[in-house]
Amino acid sequence: MLEISLPPRAQARRAGTAADGDDDDDVDMGGAGDRQLVTPGETITTDPAFMRGHGTFTHEQALVASVAGVVERVNKLVSVRPLKSRYNGEIGDVVVGRITELGPKRWKVDIKGRQDAVLLLSSINLPGGVQRRKSESDELQMRSFFAEGDLVSAEVQSFFQDGGASLQTRNIKYGKLRNGSLVMVHSAQIKRSKSHFIVLSCGVDVVLGVNGYVWVSKHVPITPEMESDPEGLYSNQNEPMTESERETIARVCNVIAALGRQNCEIHESAIVYAYDASLDYAVKELLKVPVQEAIVSQASALLRQAATQ
Amino acid sequence: MSRELLAPEGLRVDGRRPPELRRLLTRVGLFAVADGSAYVELGNTKCLAAVYGPKEPRTQSAQLHDRAVINVEYNVASFSSGERKSRTRRDKRLLEIASVIKRTFEPVVMTATFPRSEIDIYIQILQLDGGALHAAINASCLAMIDAGIPMSDYVVACSAGFASGTALLDLNYIEESAETPALTVAMLPKSGKLTMLNMESRLHLDHFKDVLDLATEGCKSLAESLDEAVRKACKTPRPI
Repeated sequence: MLEISLPPRAQARRAGTAADGDDDDDVDMGGAGDRQLVTPGETITTDPAFMRGHGTFTHEQALVASVAGVVERVNKLVSVRPLKSRYNGEIGDVVVGRITELGPKRWKVDIKGRQDAVLLLSSINLPGGVQRRKSESDELQMRSFFAEGDLVSAEVQSFFQDGGASLQTRNIKYGKLRNGSLVMVHSAQIKRSKSHFIVLSCGVDVVLGVNGYVWVSKHVPITPEMESDPEGLYSNQNEPMTESERETIARVCNVIAALGRQNCEIHESAIVYAYDASLDYAVKELLKVPVQEAIVSQASALLRQAATQ
Repeated sequence: MSRELLAPEGLRVDGRRPPELRRLLTRVGLFAVADGSAYVELGNTKCLAAVYGPKEPRTQSAQLHDRAVINVEYNVASFSSGERKSRTRRDKRLLEIASVIKRTFEPVVMTATFPRSEIDIYIQILQLDGGALHAAINASCLAMIDAGIPMSDYVVACSAGFASGTALLDLNYIEESAETPALTVAMLPKSGKLTMLNMESRLHLDHFKDVLDLATEGCKSLAESLDEAVRKACKTPRPI
């Protein structure tokens, strides 16, 4: 029987759960209570049967942690997930990024990762929705599609040998971001879920980038005509917006920032309930820490109430 | 001069015994914008460290194709010591300390996992009462762990000196400025390996072992405190 050696403190905590007979060799997902916390240099196991995953290294046949975090075990693979780190991409992730540089047939995009991602000219949609090979003239007018400083939403398409990500925007839901504002949170706070494009009932769209960049904008319904509109896709013009629309966007931004500062997981229902809880306060009050705490506790109460009904 | 550093009762100028550390206070993860940050207070020495990265290098020429580059910027606030001193960024002394810190971390940080990227460490000494170098290394170590950068072990530093025939642990400003031979050691506490050994004065070889042993003992004791600080700071995002 294989068993990971636990530090004394964790062992004491686990003593209760071990009695239930779940302490065996299968995939241990681990509840919130019995997770093994390790710090750099700490030996996880000396059993040579385990495989070395991310955040670990082998030293004299022992498996040692290299980051501070939670031990995760999938059958024989042991890895340590750091509690906070830069964004680690996976294929299919929805990300929000900022164009930093133009290169030959490519844009460099800052997605808060360990290096800038690449958006190839061949992986964007041309204005007007025409499907054809990109020619030299397209290459010359790349800056009219995306210029430095523009924000884009995109999907991680593949990875290069050195770990750099390649993005694509070949879908009407991806592309240049307008009519809103950006909120930055930790990437660990945004879990991968079914949908990262959220339409709130208050008339605000939210793009939850898995990399921790969140785009909050005025709701603009996606219509099939937009795809064929030669101007719309890469326009730099914001749509006309009323005072109340601006305020709603600012409120949603501050709500997400509050969830971020309170170290909460950020997902659709968290935003919806925290928004409802925030309506008692003025928008600028949401930046105060006591107000943020009150909103988060009220939102979790609302969430629990909704779950029991 | 050196007789005053150790009173006949065996107490030092600030009332500590020779093998006694100053009070340590740590805070991990204070900045929201930095990837990792830490604050270390060792007695009256106060130090902030912020880590950014691994990230895209600012200049194309600064990147290495097989590993990450570590950059260190070390700064001492002009208001940090008794006498107001304004130092420039190009100060040779500051650059030297920055390069010492950089070389201390290079063998420990697993830079090979991040090709073509850079890791920036910014260190600011807010108050200087001796032991700035080891406070800076300890703060950087906490900030690196907070940033989730893989390291093979903690890097814990401590200093020790020699006065009145006794080895003294963790020198303060008065002891440092009395031309006491001072040794700063950075150590990997789990393996006991030394990654930095710095002494800028002369010490008789017979006494060196005592001083080195005392400094490594200090490192081990600091390592436990740092580990506790990291465990306390480890928080996963909670479900709302």
